[in-house]
Amino acid sequence: MIARTARHQDYRKNLHRSDLLWLAALLHRLSGLGLAAFLPLHFLTLGLAVDGEARLESFLRWSDAPAVKIGEAVLMFLLAVHALGGVRLLAVENLAWHEGQKRNAVLAAVAAAAMAIVFLVWIF
Amino acid sequence: MNVSLYIWQRATAAIMAPMILMHVVVIFYATRHGITAVDILARTRGSMGWGVFYALFVVAASIHAAIGIRNIVAEWSPLDDRAAGIAAFVFGLVLLGLGLRAVAVVTLP
Repeated sequence: MIARTARHQDYRKNLHRSDLLWLAALLHRLSGLGLAAFLPLHFLTLGLAVDGEARLESFLRWSDAPAVKIGEAVLMFLLAVHALGGVRLLAVENLAWHEGQKRNAVLAAVAAAAMAIVFLVWIF
Repeated sequence: MNVSLYIWQRATAAIMAPMILMHVVVIFYATRHGITAVDILARTRGSMGWGVFYALFVVAASIHAAIGIRNIVAEWSPLDDRAAGIAAFVFGLVLLGLGLRAVAVVTLP
Protein backbone atom coordinates (compact mmCIF):
# COMPACT_ATOMS: atom_id res chain seq x y z
CA MET A 1 0.00 0.00 0.00
CA ILE A 2 2.82 2.36 0.93
CA ALA A 3 4.66 1.44 -2.27
CA ARG A 4 1.48 2.03 -4.31
CA THR A 5 0.99 5.44 -2.72
CA ALA A 6 4.60 6.35 -3.41
CA ARG A 7 4.22 5.31 -7.04
CA HIS A 8 1.02 7.36 -7.34
CA GLN A 9 2.79 10.41 -5.93
CA ASP A 10 5.67 9.88 -8.38
CA TYR A 11 3.13 9.72 -11.22
CA ARG A 12 1.45 12.93 -10.09
CA LYS A 13 4.81 14.66 -10.08
CA ASN A 14 5.49 13.31 -13.62
CA LEU A 15 8.59 11.57 -12.31
CA HIS A 16 7.84 8.65 -14.66
CA ARG A 17 8.75 10.99 -17.51
CA SER A 18 12.40 10.76 -16.56
CA ASP A 19 12.28 6.94 -16.68
CA LEU A 20 14.36 5.56 -19.52
CA LEU A 21 11.66 3.19 -20.77
CA TRP A 22 9.11 6.03 -20.79
CA LEU A 23 11.56 8.03 -22.92
CA ALA A 24 12.00 4.97 -25.19
CA ALA A 25 8.21 4.79 -25.63
CA LEU A 26 8.11 8.52 -26.43
CA LEU A 27 10.95 8.13 -28.97
CA HIS A 28 9.10 5.19 -30.54
CA ARG A 29 5.95 7.26 -30.86
CA LEU A 30 7.66 10.40 -32.21
CA SER A 31 9.76 8.41 -34.70
CA GLY A 32 6.58 6.69 -35.92
CA LEU A 33 4.88 10.06 -36.27
CA GLY A 34 7.86 11.37 -38.26
CA LEU A 35 7.82 8.36 -40.57
CA ALA A 36 4.05 8.66 -41.05
CA ALA A 37 4.53 12.31 -42.05
CA PHE A 38 7.35 11.42 -44.44
CA LEU A 39 5.73 8.44 -46.20
CA PRO A 40 3.15 10.39 -48.29
CA LEU A 41 5.95 12.67 -49.55
CA HIS A 42 8.12 9.62 -50.30
CA PHE A 43 5.33 8.02 -52.32
CA LEU A 44 4.52 11.27 -54.15
CA THR A 45 8.19 11.65 -55.07
CA LEU A 46 8.41 8.15 -56.52
CA GLY A 47 5.17 8.84 -58.36
CA LEU A 48 6.90 11.68 -60.21
CA ALA A 49 8.14 9.02 -62.64
CA VAL A 50 4.57 8.61 -63.93
CA ASP A 51 5.20 11.39 -66.50
CA GLY A 52 8.61 10.08 -67.52
CA GLU A 53 12.04 10.15 -65.96
CA ALA A 54 12.71 13.90 -66.19
CA ARG A 55 10.72 15.02 -63.13
CA LEU A 56 12.09 12.23 -60.93
CA GLU A 57 15.60 13.02 -62.16
CA SER A 58 15.11 16.70 -61.31
CA PHE A 59 14.07 15.75 -57.77
CA LEU A 60 17.00 13.34 -57.36
CA ARG A 61 19.48 16.06 -58.35
CA TRP A 62 17.85 18.40 -55.80
CA SER A 63 18.36 15.67 -53.20
CA ASP A 64 22.13 15.80 -53.83
CA ALA A 65 22.26 18.97 -51.68
CA PRO A 66 24.11 18.41 -48.37
CA ALA A 67 21.15 19.60 -46.28
CA VAL A 68 18.89 17.04 -47.96
CA LYS A 69 21.45 14.29 -47.34
CA ILE A 70 21.51 15.19 -43.65
CA GLY A 71 17.71 15.01 -43.71
CA GLU A 72 17.94 11.54 -45.27
CA ALA A 73 20.28 10.43 -42.49
CA VAL A 74 17.76 11.72 -39.92
CA LEU A 75 15.07 9.66 -41.69
CA MET A 76 17.36 6.64 -41.55
CA PHE A 77 17.66 7.18 -37.79
CA LEU A 78 13.86 7.44 -37.43
CA LEU A 79 13.37 4.24 -39.44
CA ALA A 80 16.06 2.31 -37.56
CA VAL A 81 15.06 3.46 -34.08
CA HIS A 82 11.38 2.76 -34.76
CA ALA A 83 12.11 -0.68 -36.21
CA LEU A 84 14.55 -1.71 -33.46
CA GLY A 85 12.26 -0.30 -30.76
CA GLY A 86 9.38 -2.21 -32.34
CA VAL A 87 11.35 -5.46 -32.36
CA ARG A 88 12.14 -4.89 -28.67
CA LEU A 89 8.43 -4.40 -27.94
CA LEU A 90 7.47 -7.55 -29.88
CA ALA A 91 10.08 -9.48 -27.88
CA VAL A 92 8.77 -8.09 -24.57
CA GLU A 93 5.21 -9.02 -25.45
CA ASN A 94 5.79 -12.44 -27.02
CA LEU A 95 8.91 -13.94 -25.44
CA ALA A 96 9.69 -14.86 -21.86
CA TRP A 97 10.41 -11.80 -19.70
CA HIS A 98 14.01 -11.05 -18.98
CA GLU A 99 15.81 -8.24 -17.21
CA GLY A 100 17.80 -5.63 -19.08
CA GLN A 101 15.01 -3.80 -20.94
CA LYS A 102 16.57 -0.40 -20.25
CA ARG A 103 19.88 -1.64 -21.62
CA ASN A 104 18.10 -2.99 -24.74
CA ALA A 105 16.31 0.33 -25.27
CA VAL A 106 19.61 2.21 -25.08
CA LEU A 107 21.25 -0.31 -27.42
CA ALA A 108 18.43 0.19 -29.95
CA ALA A 109 18.88 3.97 -29.91
CA VAL A 110 22.67 3.73 -30.13
CA ALA A 111 22.51 1.21 -33.00
CA ALA A 112 20.04 3.44 -34.86
CA ALA A 113 22.28 6.49 -34.39
CA ALA A 114 25.30 4.48 -35.58
CA MET A 115 23.39 3.34 -38.66
CA ALA A 116 22.38 6.92 -39.47
CA ILE A 117 25.98 8.10 -39.15
CA VAL A 118 27.28 5.26 -41.35
CA PHE A 119 24.58 6.12 -43.90
CA LEU A 120 25.57 9.78 -43.84
CA VAL A 121 29.22 8.88 -44.49
CA TRP A 122 28.09 6.41 -47.17
CA ILE A 123 26.14 9.01 -49.19
CA PHE A 124 28.61 11.91 -48.88
CA MET B 1 -7.00 0.42 -28.90
CA ASN B 2 -9.17 -2.70 -29.07
CA VAL B 3 -7.86 -6.26 -29.38
CA SER B 4 -8.38 -6.44 -33.13
CA LEU B 5 -6.39 -3.24 -33.78
CA TYR B 6 -3.70 -4.40 -31.36
CA ILE B 7 -3.28 -7.67 -33.27
CA TRP B 8 -3.18 -5.88 -36.64
CA GLN B 9 -0.62 -3.43 -35.27
CA ARG B 10 1.68 -6.19 -34.00
CA ALA B 11 1.16 -8.49 -37.00
CA THR B 12 2.06 -5.75 -39.50
CA ALA B 13 5.08 -4.85 -37.35
CA ALA B 14 6.28 -8.47 -37.43
CA ILE B 15 5.77 -8.65 -41.21
CA MET B 16 7.63 -5.37 -41.76
CA ALA B 17 10.67 -6.08 -39.57
CA PRO B 18 12.51 -8.21 -42.19
CA MET B 19 11.15 -6.00 -45.01
CA ILE B 20 12.68 -2.91 -43.41
CA LEU B 21 16.02 -4.69 -43.21
CA MET B 22 15.77 -5.52 -46.93
CA HIS B 23 14.68 -1.95 -47.72
CA VAL B 24 17.71 -0.55 -45.89
CA VAL B 25 20.00 -2.88 -47.86
CA VAL B 26 18.35 -1.66 -51.09
CA ILE B 27 18.84 1.98 -50.03
CA PHE B 28 22.55 1.42 -49.31
CA TYR B 29 22.97 -0.47 -52.60
CA ALA B 30 21.07 2.08 -54.68
CA THR B 31 22.98 5.07 -53.34
CA ARG B 32 26.27 3.56 -54.57
CA HIS B 33 25.07 2.03 -57.84
CA GLY B 34 23.66 4.89 -59.82
CA ILE B 35 21.02 7.08 -58.24
CA THR B 36 19.73 8.61 -61.46
CA ALA B 37 16.11 8.18 -62.51
CA VAL B 38 17.21 6.15 -65.55
CA ASP B 39 19.33 3.78 -63.42
CA ILE B 40 16.63 3.31 -60.79
CA LEU B 41 13.81 2.68 -63.22
CA ALA B 42 15.99 0.37 -65.33
CA ARG B 43 16.44 -1.82 -62.23
CA THR B 44 12.84 -1.75 -61.06
CA ARG B 45 10.60 -1.60 -64.15
CA GLY B 46 9.32 -5.01 -65.14
CA SER B 47 10.45 -6.59 -61.86
CA MET B 48 7.55 -8.67 -60.60
CA GLY B 49 9.46 -9.62 -57.44
CA TRP B 50 10.14 -6.05 -56.34
CA GLY B 51 6.59 -5.08 -57.30
CA VAL B 52 5.05 -7.74 -55.04
CA PHE B 53 7.57 -7.05 -52.24
CA TYR B 54 6.93 -3.31 -52.17
CA ALA B 55 3.15 -3.66 -52.66
CA LEU B 56 3.02 -5.88 -49.57
CA PHE B 57 5.30 -3.44 -47.75
CA VAL B 58 2.96 -0.54 -48.61
CA VAL B 59 -0.13 -2.44 -47.45
CA ALA B 60 1.52 -3.39 -44.12
CA ALA B 61 2.92 0.12 -43.58
CA SER B 62 -0.45 1.77 -44.33
CA ILE B 63 -2.30 -0.43 -41.81
CA HIS B 64 0.46 -0.05 -39.20
CA ALA B 65 0.72 3.73 -39.61
CA ALA B 66 -3.05 4.26 -39.58
CA ILE B 67 -3.43 2.39 -36.28
CA GLY B 68 -0.49 4.29 -34.79
CA ILE B 69 -1.92 7.63 -35.92
CA ARG B 70 -5.29 6.64 -34.46
CA ASN B 71 -3.69 6.02 -31.07
CA ILE B 72 -1.75 9.29 -31.12
CA VAL B 73 -4.74 11.38 -32.24
CA ALA B 74 -7.00 9.74 -29.62
CA GLU B 75 -4.48 10.35 -26.82
CA TRP B 76 -2.93 13.68 -27.78
CA SER B 77 -5.75 15.59 -29.50
CA PRO B 78 -9.19 16.70 -28.32
CA LEU B 79 -10.83 14.30 -30.83
CA ASP B 80 -12.76 11.37 -29.37
CA ASP B 81 -12.11 7.73 -30.30
CA ARG B 82 -14.62 7.69 -33.15
CA ALA B 83 -13.28 10.86 -34.79
CA ALA B 84 -9.70 9.64 -34.33
CA GLY B 85 -10.67 6.36 -36.00
CA ILE B 86 -12.19 8.16 -38.98
CA ALA B 87 -9.18 10.47 -39.37
CA ALA B 88 -6.78 7.53 -39.17
CA PHE B 89 -8.82 5.48 -41.64
CA VAL B 90 -8.71 8.32 -44.17
CA PHE B 91 -4.97 8.75 -43.59
CA GLY B 92 -4.42 5.01 -44.11
CA LEU B 93 -6.43 5.02 -47.34
CA VAL B 94 -4.48 8.00 -48.70
CA LEU B 95 -1.20 6.31 -47.77
CA LEU B 96 -2.31 3.05 -49.38
CA GLY B 97 -3.40 4.82 -52.58
CA LEU B 98 -0.24 6.90 -52.91
CA GLY B 99 1.98 3.93 -52.04
CA LEU B 100 0.43 1.47 -54.47
CA ARG B 101 0.49 4.13 -57.18
CA ALA B 102 4.20 4.70 -56.53
CA VAL B 103 4.91 0.94 -56.66
CA ALA B 104 2.97 0.65 -59.92
CA VAL B 105 4.79 3.63 -61.49
CA VAL B 106 8.21 2.33 -60.50
CA THR B 107 7.81 -1.41 -61.17
CA LEU B 108 5.29 -1.86 -63.99
CA PRO B 109 6.97 -2.19 -67.40
